[in-house]
Amino acid sequence: MTSEPRLLEVRRNVLKQNDVLARALRDRFHAQGTSVISLVSSPGSGKTALLERTLTLLKKRYRVAALVGDLATENDAQRLARSGVPVKQITTGTICHLEAAMVERALEGWEVGELDLLFIENVGNMVCPASYDLGEDLRLVMLSVTEGEDKPLKYPTIFNSADVAIITKCDLAAAVEFDEVAALANIQAVRPDMPVFLVSAKSGVGMDDYLQFLVRGLHRNCSDVVNAINSPAQVH
Amino acid sequence: MHELSIAMSIVDMAQEEAERRSVQVDAVHLELGALSGVVKEALLFSYEVACGGTILEGSRLVVKDIPIEVFCPGCKLSKTLKSMQWFYCPDCGAATSEILHGKELIITALELKQ
Repeated sequence: MTSEPRLLEVRRNVLKQNDVLARALRDRFHAQGTSVISLVSSPGSGKTALLERTLTLLKKRYRVAALVGDLATENDAQRLARSGVPVKQITTGTICHLEAAMVERALEGWEVGELDLLFIENVGNMVCPASYDLGEDLRLVMLSVTEGEDKPLKYPTIFNSADVAIITKCDLAAAVEFDEVAALANIQAVRPDMPVFLVSAKSGVGMDDYLQFLVRGLHRNCSDVVNAINSPAQVH
Repeated sequence: MHELSIAMSIVDMAQEEAERRSVQVDAVHLELGALSGVVKEALLFSYEVACGGTILEGSRLVVKDIPIEVFCPGCKLSKTLKSMQWFYCPDCGAATSEILHGKELIITALELKQ
């Protein structure tokens, strides 16, 4: 005969430390009037290319900067630095995602309050970043046309943790026979009403709508937000 | 894979609680939401590794799966989703976005050695 197990009730959120720190960061960003946008996607979906273009276009009107996470190398930071805005690499070593503490450490020495927009590029990974709040206002999940339309169904958790979906490399859509209708339906299945933007950082297609959406939610009120992006991406 | 670092946090927290209450732990009970972003099998494996050399060595991790529960704006009721690939009410078909449960990653209890 076995006796009932003796249970001692405790209720502890395992990710509390990260959640508390992320909340503190979010409060700090709000108080300083800085909007924070993070990007998550699988490796090679075009985060860095989109971000480089985004930074180059936004810096005409806004004070922008970026943090970029990677397991190793500073290649992405070097690419982003070409946009001429402050960029800092967060090298995570063996850790496959960014955590709030890494963001906080990376911001040391930066006057965050002097920024209108701070971008955080997460490590390329569709799984682990979903669990970690970074204190961002908006999380963009990216899916390139070369990856397959069913990515949202395969990684529903990351799509669910994000606010906006960006379909990238649209200039290649025809070449890879990308099924746009299926991709949009799959996104809506896992995250109903999620705003979606189709862009090509290379050709500039769709960049205008996407950028206007980003600046619409800025904490620091700009007088002419609707026309904020004075020169949309040039299509070459 | 971030399950090892999560397992290490679980072990740290459980160890802290056990030491504070001067108890010996046979198992740690955990609620794991379907949307937590944590893979159960990887977590169970990682837990064994993370326990090594601590007072929790040899203890079990008992995982209770928490399904996704949403608020349906059509039925005005909470509903359990059958799939995380379909965020629509199983009864009326309304789009649901307000998640009530499913993101849990919570230590709920320590099971004590008899």
